[in-house]
Amino acid sequence: MMRRFPIGGYLALLVAVAAMVLPLVWMLLASFKGQTEIYSLPIQWLPSSFAPTNYSDALDVVPFGAFFVNSAITTVVGAGIKIILGLMTAYALVFIEVPFKKVFFAIVIFALLVPQQIVIIPNYTLVASLGWLNTYQGIIVPGLASAFGTFLFRQHFLSLPPSVLEAAALDGAGHLRRLWAFVVPMSTPTIAAVALVSVVTEWNEYLWPLLVVDRPNMMTLPIGLTLLQNTDGITNWGVLMAGTVLVTLPILIVFFVMQRKIVAGLTAGAVTG
Amino acid sequence: MTSTATRPAAGETPGQAETGRGAQPAAQPGTVPPAKRNVPDPAERARARKLQSRRTQARNWLLFVLLAGPNIALLIAFTYKPLLQSFYYSTLQWNIGSQRAIDVGFRNYTDWLTDSATPQVVGVTVIFTLATVGGGMVIGLGLALLLNQKLKLRGPARTIIVAPYVLSGVAVGLLWLFVFDPNFGIVAAVLGAIGLPSPAWYNDPQWALVMVIIVQLWKNVGYIALIYLAGLQAIQADVLEAAALDGAGPVRTFRRIILPLLGPTSFFLSVTTLLSSLQSFDIIQAMTKGGPLEGTTTMMYEIYREGFVAGRAGYSSAVATILFVVLLIVTLVQLRFVERKVHYS
Repeated sequence: MMRRFPIGGYLALLVAVAAMVLPLVWMLLASFKGQTEIYSLPIQWLPSSFAPTNYSDALDVVPFGAFFVNSAITTVVGAGIKIILGLMTAYALVFIEVPFKKVFFAIVIFALLVPQQIVIIPNYTLVASLGWLNTYQGIIVPGLASAFGTFLFRQHFLSLPPSVLEAAALDGAGHLRRLWAFVVPMSTPTIAAVALVSVVTEWNEYLWPLLVVDRPNMMTLPIGLTLLQNTDGITNWGVLMAGTVLVTLPILIVFFVMQRKIVAGLTAGAVTG
Repeated sequence: MTSTATRPAAGETPGQAETGRGAQPAAQPGTVPPAKRNVPDPAERARARKLQSRRTQARNWLLFVLLAGPNIALLIAFTYKPLLQSFYYSTLQWNIGSQRAIDVGFRNYTDWLTDSATPQVVGVTVIFTLATVGGGMVIGLGLALLLNQKLKLRGPARTIIVAPYVLSGVAVGLLWLFVFDPNFGIVAAVLGAIGLPSPAWYNDPQWALVMVIIVQLWKNVGYIALIYLAGLQAIQADVLEAAALDGAGPVRTFRRIILPLLGPTSFFLSVTTLLSSLQSFDIIQAMTKGGPLEGTTTMMYEIYREGFVAGRAGYSSAVATILFVVLLIVTLVQLRFVERKVHYS
């Protein structure tokens, strides 16, 4: 029996995809429009030219190059250290026998119940008293601890075949060697998934850097982007949308290239949790 | 390792150990006089073993501290300690950055509870949270059911639907601000095409709330769909076949079989989206800054505004403590609820 062509299904899929894509296309098109094209009625969908005037204007008004470098540094360092801390903690929790291990596991798990957003005032006070305002360590260190990553890595380590690690131990491999030479290579898919999700989170981080940075040359992209919004009374949508494209494009590219891994990372928490 | 290796030897009687397995105790060479052969008695061996195990235990502790220590120290320094500090700050009348603080006991809490703006803030928080969690789960489940159909191009469609979730909340807020522009945005154009005037998204508190809810939904619904899709794909095909053989139609199958089997997934999503909605900040800051007329000021936004715009750190800490307790209760209630209600396969 031939299945009927599911026209309703395709129609629904088209509507869903359009709802997701249309605002992004609107942003991209607007980033090439001049003021008069933006403020015209009826609305004009296509820009008259694709000259990157708004982009060069955005780069002139605010130091986008510095924003980009700051975002790259805080993302790579922050996500990198976070992953390493998570791996080390999960290894210790799974493979090293010490009394009261459950207590340490509880410390990690209950931290998941305390959102960083709730503790901004004490953390701000601490970072300010350390003289860390407008510094990389001020942006990175308070969010460095790994709770969710540790949890996921622990779940994964518990599923590893113990025989391999026992054999490594009999061959005289110490714990550190067993971690780097056996456990880490056997966990690359999980690590990649968690790492990519961390990279996305760090790149988009907004509230904390907003609080600890007020010098433009130390701002990350999401913070710096809002400078374009505040320059004068009326919004210059073309320039603002050019800035928005500059912030979203790198992460969109990473997402489309690595979407399989990122999707695995996003679902990992739900499947194990 | 070492302790398990010595255990069987200790269980044997000394004489048997000597005759039966002469090769095993390498520490007992033939030079030991026959009369003293029984001297390393169980007590002494136990002591040696204890020393040995104490040494491995000390080494294990050292390694444990080396590996888990930094992370746990960071959690204590930047999560647990500030949580306690936040409780303490909430009893102070104190401006951020100031050297002077006055102990006011629970005044900040009573002030918040009796403040005329509080019912508004609580109302906005409840509406924003319920709409984004409820709406998100319904739309997300619908999208997941759609993406679970055997449709061509559903792979790329899934990718596109999830894409907004990985974008910066600020960037999303700003681009939607332009989409919602009452004169020159897409929404106004679409409404204009069917003869409707654009609502005053920027100036009317109620419409502004609707606007930030829509944007929050747009950003997160793909994630919810993704998790539901994973849940749907985990449902065994034979369960659905059996239902079809029993003559169950699609609606009945969905209500009686799919929805209950998705219970754990729904639970997980309701907790995570509830927690993230209650903490939502980026979109509100980029689009409305809590306005107009505080129409989009949630509790989370109030914490930020009181602490860092108005500078009332003590008051802000009190609101933070209340929100923390709410988050904790929600999580614990849901955990209890799920123990009784949710089907685990």
